[in-house]
Amino acid sequence: MDFGYIEKVWPLYQKAALLTVKIGLEGVFLAILTGLFCAVVLYEKVPVIRHIVTVYIETSRNTPLLVQLFFIYYGLPKAGIMLSPETCGAAGLAFLGGSYMAEAFRSGLQGVDNIQKESAYSLGLSKAQIMCYVVLLQAVSTSIPAFLANIIFLLKETSVFSAVSLMDLMFTAKDLIGLYYKTTESLTLLVVFYLVILLPVLVAGAIAERRLRYAGFGA
Amino acid sequence: MADYILNIRHIVKKYKEHVVLDDLSLEVEEGGVIVIIGPSGCGKSTLLRCINGLEKIQSGSISTNIQGYTGNIMDMGVSRQKIGMVFQSYDLFPHMDVLGNIMLAPVKVQKREKDKVKKEALALLERVGLENKAKSYPRQLSGGQKQRVAIVRALIMHPEIMLFDEVTAALDPEMTREVLDVILSLANQGKTMLIVTHEMKFARAVADRIIFMDEGKIIESNTPEKFFENPETDRAKKFLNVFSFDNKIS
Repeated sequence: MDFGYIEKVWPLYQKAALLTVKIGLEGVFLAILTGLFCAVVLYEKVPVIRHIVTVYIETSRNTPLLVQLFFIYYGLPKAGIMLSPETCGAAGLAFLGGSYMAEAFRSGLQGVDNIQKESAYSLGLSKAQIMCYVVLLQAVSTSIPAFLANIIFLLKETSVFSAVSLMDLMFTAKDLIGLYYKTTESLTLLVVFYLVILLPVLVAGAIAERRLRYAGFGA
Repeated sequence: MADYILNIRHIVKKYKEHVVLDDLSLEVEEGGVIVIIGPSGCGKSTLLRCINGLEKIQSGSISTNIQGYTGNIMDMGVSRQKIGMVFQSYDLFPHMDVLGNIMLAPVKVQKREKDKVKKEALALLERVGLENKAKSYPRQLSGGQKQRVAIVRALIMHPEIMLFDEVTAALDPEMTREVLDVILSLANQGKTMLIVTHEMKFARAVADRIIFMDEGKIIESNTPEKFFENPETDRAKKFLNVFSFDNKIS
């Protein structure tokens, strides 16, 4: 292990890690919004839009992120839409993650007992109010474990960002290996940085899952 | 006629080919307490659900004569606020505490002032003996307590009609008693109610009129005294015999 080298490249990794986290979180956030929207559309069987959503979900889940990124990065400019690599990364992650989040969330929605909706309805709540105050919160809480699993999955997927010249962790590691041939050090640092990013999410997920399973509301 | 608060005219409810309510008519006068009994699957729960707009009817009409909401039930979402319903299964919202459950609809639907609603909620909770449970979550309550909260949640909307759909079916005798006492006190206050129940003694005590249903039709409509002592129809006699047989065993 060449610790002098590690010290030298440490700031580069830090910078790359920050970028990875930043775009990762942006993508995850957008994915959650997309997923919420799609899940509610499917659940409420909104005409026309639900078919579009179905096509989106199947496309998104059955194509690799790399291909999706290439489409966004190389394809969209042909249609006159120019996006920065960062926006591309977040958009790609949202495109991929939206469908996974939608599925996680849909199972949560379906898990909400019908009687909940009926009693809310009989209290005079409108359809939107029932969704907002009664169904959504219960659905979100049951799908939190699946959500967190998806977040970890999406944060790991950021490693393909290097393909659209984003200076993320993977890109930095590969670049440094190419420059200095310090393969062991570069890859070890890569693993360490991914772990530092992902372990807290994992722990948060475990805590949330345990709380939801054994305690639930009112604990 | 104008003194009817609820007028059900020739309603038919089908699930595909299966006829659940078969040309059923029923009038309920203001302040009347009607207990609907009958064998499982006779359509009594479905009748309540139709009255509350939870089920669509294929023909016929259900109209109300509630102040300001005269007309066909199906046409007016507002009337749902004026008809309170309590279900068999505990249907409290698990993610809200007792106060949250009670206050949701008056605050969000009727746009009433939060402080006043809270005051009323606490007063109602006291009336059903649950004043110390305001901050509890549904999972911390017993079945009987949950049902009493569900009744309060419906009452706070100031409904003109209350529907009770086998609210004690899943409770043990002690809890059944505490819930039935609440319903009985409502009846004594002159609240219009339609009650589906299998508690015959309670039915007799609370009802102004007993409706006996079978196969989607009203077979007999009678005063509780006459119905339980000397029912007019053979079908009702047969049904009541089952209960007396049960009593002999226990």
